[in-house]
Parts: sequence; C-alpha cells; structure tokens
Amino acid sequence: MRSDGSQSAPLSLKIAAACGLLFLHLPILLIFVYAFTTEEKSFVWPPPGLTTQWFAVTWNRPDVWQALSLSVRVAAISTAIALVLGTLCSAAVSRTKFFGRETISLLVILPIALPGIITGIALRSAFSLADIPFSFWTIVLGHATFCVVVVYNNAVARFRRTSGSMIEASMDLGADGFQTFRHVVLPNIATALLAGGMLAFALSFDEVIVTTFTAGQQQTLPIWMLEELIRPRQRPVTNVVAMVVVLVTLLPILAAYYLTRDADQIAGSGK
Amino acid sequence: MSLDAAIPRATAPAILPGSGGVRGALSDLFWRRPKVLLLLMLLPPVLWLGIVYIGSLFALLAQSFFSIDEFSGLINREFTLKTYGDLFQAANLDIILRTVTMAALVTLASSVIAFPIAYYAARYARGRWKALFYLGIMLPLWSSYLVKIYAWKLILAKEGILTWLFGKLHLQWLIDAWLSLPVVGGNSLSVSFTGTFIVFVYVWLPFMILPVQAALERVPGNLVEASSDLGASPGQTFRNVLFPLALPGIVAGSIFTFSLTLGDYIIPQIIGTSRLFIGQAVYSQQGTAGNIPLAAAFTVVPIVIMGFYLWGAKRMGAFDAL
Repeated sequence: MRSDGSQSAPLSLKIAAACGLLFLHLPILLIFVYAFTTEEKSFVWPPPGLTTQWFAVTWNRPDVWQALSLSVRVAAISTAIALVLGTLCSAAVSRTKFFGRETISLLVILPIALPGIITGIALRSAFSLADIPFSFWTIVLGHATFCVVVVYNNAVARFRRTSGSMIEASMDLGADGFQTFRHVVLPNIATALLAGGMLAFALSFDEVIVTTFTAGQQQTLPIWMLEELIRPRQRPVTNVVAMVVVLVTLLPILAAYYLTRDADQIAGSGK
Repeated sequence: MSLDAAIPRATAPAILPGSGGVRGALSDLFWRRPKVLLLLMLLPPVLWLGIVYIGSLFALLAQSFFSIDEFSGLINREFTLKTYGDLFQAANLDIILRTVTMAALVTLASSVIAFPIAYYAARYARGRWKALFYLGIMLPLWSSYLVKIYAWKLILAKEGILTWLFGKLHLQWLIDAWLSLPVVGGNSLSVSFTGTFIVFVYVWLPFMILPVQAALERVPGNLVEASSDLGASPGQTFRNVLFPLALPGIVAGSIFTFSLTLGDYIIPQIIGTSRLFIGQAVYSQQGTAGNIPLAAAFTVVPIVIMGFYLWGAKRMGAFDAL
C-alpha cells in the first residue's frame, strides 16, 4: 500500500466505488432515452418506440421559450452582480486582516448554508413587509444573494495563491492602483472569475426553491418544470426540456473545470 | 535598429509624473490610506448581504412573534408567543420528528455509499482516473436538481424501469413485500417514504463525497501501511485508523445532507406520501393557509437544529475538512 499508487485497490472497494458512481450517473442517462420515447401518457419502460418528433413539438412551444429566456436573463444579471460583489469581498478578505473578517466570510456563506426555503420565505416576507411587488428584479435579488458565495469561493482560492509582491512590484514600477488592477490583478484572477461566474450562472439557472417564493406569476425554466412535475400536461415535452437542461448545465461545469484545473480546485462544496 | 529603440526607453524618467485628475487622486488616496479602499471594497457586498439577506431573516424572525387572527385571517402585529404554542401541537411535532428522522437516515445512508467512492478517489485514483472521478462527482452535483428528481420519478413509476428490472429477475415479489410493510411501504415506490428516502440520498450524495474525500486525502498512506505491518486486519485498520481520521469529513458532509433534507419541500412533494415534512409545512402555511407567523415559526426549527449541529460539528473539527 504505497502512496505512489503502484498497488491496486481491493476488488470489493473497486466494486463499491463503481456501483456508487453508476448510482450517480445512470438516472441522468435515463433522461436521454426518455426524450426519444414514443409513449405519451406514461413512463413505461422499455420505450415502445423511438422518435425525434418531440424535439420539434418542444421547439414550437412558446411557454418553454418564455421560461428559458426569463431564466437566461435572470441568471445573466445575477451572475454579473455576484461577480462584482464576490470579487470585492474576496479581495478585501484575502488582502487584509481586519476586525470582523470571519464574520464577513460567514455572511457570504450563510445564504447557501441555510436551507433554501428559509432564504426564500425570508425574502418573501421582507417583500411583503416593504410592499415590493414581485417582478423580474425580485427574482434577481434572491439569486444574486446566493450566487455571491460561488464567485467568492473561487476568487478567494485564487487570491490565496497569487503573491502580493507582484502588486507591490507593479506599484514600484510606477503603475497607479487602477493600472495595477487592470494589468496585474485582473489577468491573475481572470480564469477564477470566469469559472466562478459560470458556476454562478449554472446555480441561478437551476434554482427553484428560492425562486418559487420570489417569482410571483412569472415562470423561470425550473418553475416551469416544477409545474409539469406536479401537474403534467405533455410528458414528452418535459422529457425533452429535461434533456436540454442537463446538456446546458453540463457545459459551464466542464468549462469551469478546465479553467481552474491547473490552478486550483473549484470549490464545489460551496454549492 | 534595436539599439535605437532601446535608447529612448533608457532615458525615460525613472519616476513617472502622477497620472493626475480624479483617477490619480483616488489612486493616491487608496495607496496612502488602505483602509479607505478596504471600506469601499467591503461596502457593496456587506450592504447587499446585510440589508437584503440578514434584514430579511430578521423580518422573518420578527413575524414568528406575531399571531394570526383566527376569524379575520389577518396578521396581528403584536408580540406574542402564541404562534410558538401552536408549533408544539402534536401534529406539528409529528412533522418535525418525521423530518429529523428522515434527515438522519439520509445522512447515514449517504455516508455509507460515499465512503468507498471517496476512498478510492483519494487513495487509488491517479492522473486520468483522478480527473474522471472528480468530474464523476462534480457533474451529478451540479446537474439540475429538478431533472434529477424527474429522473427518479421515471425510475420509480409503477410502469418504470425498476419494476421492469425486478420483473426480469423474477424478484417482483420482493418489491411487493417491501411495499406491503407499514410506514416505509405504499401503493408504489414513487408514493412511499422509501422513494422519498432514495431520492434524498441520490440528490445529496455528492455533497457527502467531496468533504470525505478531502479528509481522506490528508491521511498519510504510511499510517495504513503501519497498521497492517503491525498485524491489523483490513477491518481493524478501517475501524481504528481510517474511520477516526475520516470522521471530520463525514461530519462536514453531514452538515449538508442534514441541512438540505431538513429544508427541502420539493422532493417529498413529488415523490412521497401525503404526510408532510417541515419544508412542505412552511410552504403550505405561508401559501394556501396564509399563516405567515406559523410558517416563520416553523423555519426557526431547522435554524435551531442546524445551530446545534454546527456547534457540535465545530467541536469535532469538521470545519477544517470543508
């Protein structure tokens, strides 16, 4: 059992690990098969036949497009807000030691550490106390709050690895604070921010629990799916949307992984 | 040619003139008084999180001390503990007990399933396999929550793949026998506590694997070697060496599985019985029942439970494994 990995694992461990990974992945793969089934009324397995007609049907559904467009707009703006707030916060926390630093980290992590339903109902009761009507912006408000942590985690990890002497060197060479930020700090943290931004986008794009409390009558894509899960209208369309959602969230995760692979690990536990 | 180009650069002034203007003044100010910069950097995030989030939480807590007028259905904004009295009715205590039991079982099951994956990934996977394991855990973690639940609705449906598989293996009687049991059984897997349990374990499992893996990565390989050199069986090594060292990671993972199960209302609503969990109770109290004070009091339950849980976890050193 040397740590160079020359000895292979016991068979029972291999089997247990493989079964665990299969348990994680098979259900998602099943979605891909169901997207092509000809069966409309039930979830019968094996599918009686395969067809691609549901892709066309889904393409022509305006409600799906509306939900998708709302989700993308919300995710884009929430990500932008989270990028600004998360970068500022991580820069402050990692550059200097100040009183209350731990509290700031806790404050950032709290929206994700507490169950989503608490965040959701807290925002909803605050909106109702302050007489704020539900709108696009109330959704963004909620999403940005819990997206900050993802950007923050990624940026803090990167700041920890970049040496402060580079900033001092830049200042010594006559650059002002803004030039230093633009030419020294930003290139160093750019990929971490990109990765954090993509994860924030994926998180917001997928969020449903907080959104049910802050959306009012509007439907984001997850809300649309939740409706379909509770009161199914056209099951094959749901199958197709589910498959597309899997593919759409897959890409940012893979991209974020390759962006931060060499530098540091993505703080996945921060979801 | 290169010499010509080099000369003007060499004669450039060693100290550049200040860039001037508002920008230069600001830059100088930040340099001389770093605290101003720190304050400016902290102000937006702290304002956002402090006002939007903490403010909302306090608004919620405050509401739990209001009460609802039973006749008019209006909220009476006077301090009272009546709502907390309502919370401790037998029916509500049932809901709390059911949710906590489910959270504990889910935590236990996911740590059992997570351990071999985390151990293999931490100790044996190298190079390409390591990356594969990492993605193999990250992709399910980040794929859509609703899609994952939907996939299980497909699997657990009466006409679904699980029934088909057990039929092919001539094991249909096993499912029937399980479903005829009280409490865990039901009409079909998708409307039973067993179904709810499986989906909870599935959805939160990656949150358990990551911290356990992180804890196991830190266990030096020669500790395991030493243990077996000294004559311990693999079982003994696991009990006396690996498990105690992995425990902080398991506790860290359990924070997620426990907290997420406590607050979830969508999984039991879609796959499960009609008996409520805390999340569903909150949702129905604030929605159809319109009893925001009771809903707020209900949310205090997971906050208090998680408070104690985090306090205990911190004492066990779980936060170093996060």
